[in-house]
Amino acid sequence: MRTMTPSNIGSYEERLKDFSWSLSEKELGYKAGDDINIAWHCTDRVCKLGKAGKTALIWEGLGGASKSYTFNDIRLASNTIASFLQGLGIRREERVCLFMDRIPELYLGFLGVLKMGGVAQPLFSAFGDESLLVRLENAQTTAVLTTRKHAGKVRKIREKLPHLKHVIVVDDDGKKPLQTGEVAFSLEKAEPVEDFKAAATKAESPSVLHYTSGTTGQPKGVRHVHYSLISQYLTAKWVLDLQDNDIYWCTADPGWVTGTSYGIIGPWSLGVTQCVLDAGFSAEAWYQFIQKHKVTVWYSAPTAIRSLMKAGEEAVKKHDLESLRHLASVGEPLNAEAVVWSQRVFGLPFHDNYWQTETGSIMITNLPGMKIKPGSMAKPFPGITAALLDMTTFSPMTDPGKVGLIAVKPGWPAMLRGYWNNEEAFKKKFRDGWYLTGDRATLDKDGYFWFVGRDDDVINTAGHLVSPFEVESALLEHPAVAESGVVSKPDEINMEVVKAFVTLKPGNEPSEDLKLEIMNFIRKKLSPLAMPQEIEFTPLLPKTRSGKIMRRVLKAKEWGQEIGDTSTLEND
Amino acid sequence: MATAKEICDTVLKYVKDEYVEDEDQELTCRTPLISGGIVDSFSMVSLKRFLENKYKIQIPDAQATPEAFDTVDKIAVLVQSLTDRKN
Repeated sequence: MRTMTPSNIGSYEERLKDFSWSLSEKELGYKAGDDINIAWHCTDRVCKLGKAGKTALIWEGLGGASKSYTFNDIRLASNTIASFLQGLGIRREERVCLFMDRIPELYLGFLGVLKMGGVAQPLFSAFGDESLLVRLENAQTTAVLTTRKHAGKVRKIREKLPHLKHVIVVDDDGKKPLQTGEVAFSLEKAEPVEDFKAAATKAESPSVLHYTSGTTGQPKGVRHVHYSLISQYLTAKWVLDLQDNDIYWCTADPGWVTGTSYGIIGPWSLGVTQCVLDAGFSAEAWYQFIQKHKVTVWYSAPTAIRSLMKAGEEAVKKHDLESLRHLASVGEPLNAEAVVWSQRVFGLPFHDNYWQTETGSIMITNLPGMKIKPGSMAKPFPGITAALLDMTTFSPMTDPGKVGLIAVKPGWPAMLRGYWNNEEAFKKKFRDGWYLTGDRATLDKDGYFWFVGRDDDVINTAGHLVSPFEVESALLEHPAVAESGVVSKPDEINMEVVKAFVTLKPGNEPSEDLKLEIMNFIRKKLSPLAMPQEIEFTPLLPKTRSGKIMRRVLKAKEWGQEIGDTSTLEND
Repeated sequence: MATAKEICDTVLKYVKDEYVEDEDQELTCRTPLISGGIVDSFSMVSLKRFLENKYKIQIPDAQATPEAFDTVDKIAVLVQSLTDRKN
């Protein structure tokens, strides 16, 4: 029998009346002007509150490997890593990349970097060498923490990275010699550092650098600050409803923002136990994991939920999932069917929420106790002023059903403070006092937001943004490709996937084998997410008279939409 | 028609060449590929495409599941069943 506890937020309407972020500041013991260090708050402070012996992390890897860490363990581990990095000569605000699978060192290394005042730059371990290169180059990254498995990709590009001084291999077993400039570090063998004074970072000190993709240009490094903790703490408390006895599972990879904001900072600043499963997707393994660890709060993504739906209800029935008490989802809009399905099979609805790498914390959300309208992202979090802006005048509008741009009034604690080395792109994100998300939605008469789509060509696949420009640029490096146009294509599980229209250079014949070769080329160069799931060879691409490929014409074809104005089309 | 062993050998080599990043990773026909994190759900599309091209078959989406692709052995069973049907 499932026991339900009162939610942390209580009444949404009551919270709106007198909301102030100072509530979060007070709970975290922070006052304006104080030092604030995310890693200290997630470890030392929690220990000082009497939770040193409480389990912080339950980790499971391949083949049944498992490890468990208390809050004191993660305090010591982050001290030890911070001290090691300092010992290498890495200084405050230098960028330290974490490039590894979801092993404990990723989570503890993230805290270690923040603790010594560095800027943590987590990158998705499935990135290919080209994706890695542009991100490390842009950030002028000083050090990379990685594993033997991924060190090869770093070695391939190292000569092109003059700022990269240290490559730290965290699982070196001594069987193969490391290369020049590489150093081994083993958390298990290192002498634990009992006392480490966390860097005296301030509210506006840079903390985390996550990369996100846009329509044009290279990926942008979203710069966050230590003050982001204020939003991440309170949203984890109210939206995810994390309570002291919870066992929490966030399925996101810390290579992406959900995996750090709510896979590290949110739960640990609240002193909550969390689980991590470092393995590929399998419905059976996931349900087994929930059952084994008696997970109570589960934060996942629509693509995973739809994959679970596809696996069928029988898989659910084979497991005891009664421990679950609250479910939430983020990444791309959660379709109404998935909410209805989860209510039926788990007895609980997934609470969809909306935010971005740039926002750093949850913006619009279904909250515990709020009426759920399946398919809607619901209402702004208290303290967040969100609106729909008219697509041409950029003025706020409230007409139910009319499509507008989702915008948020700047000023929430976790808002991005800039794009790394790209002030121009940062400025473009603001208009008339609003932060523009680049997403479109409608409002209903009750003030609920309903996602419509992106306002640009960026592809949202399984909750991750892929830049068509980046894929097109990489395609040009394939010897058979003359030109390409990359667009999204609807997909039942991933919402969207990448599709490439390709023209070939003379002397190359279209074939199924060539399609596969090009797919694998992009997968290795960029990432599996960016790999076109479909390639269509075409003798011509639609272009404007000035020679620009008209992606919207290609996209309209894929989505069965009207092509619209083609007066500028060169070859219609 | 290829035997199960021939299919296993071919697919195993392809997986090693294309998807395995860790040089020290031991791979057999029973190593979990999808649940083991060697081949992710996106890369599975290219593996499916390889099998279709190589064995001149069409793998219906309903049969291209993470479970059916989880080991080279299971893939060989799937490929054989589809080539049998074709013949």
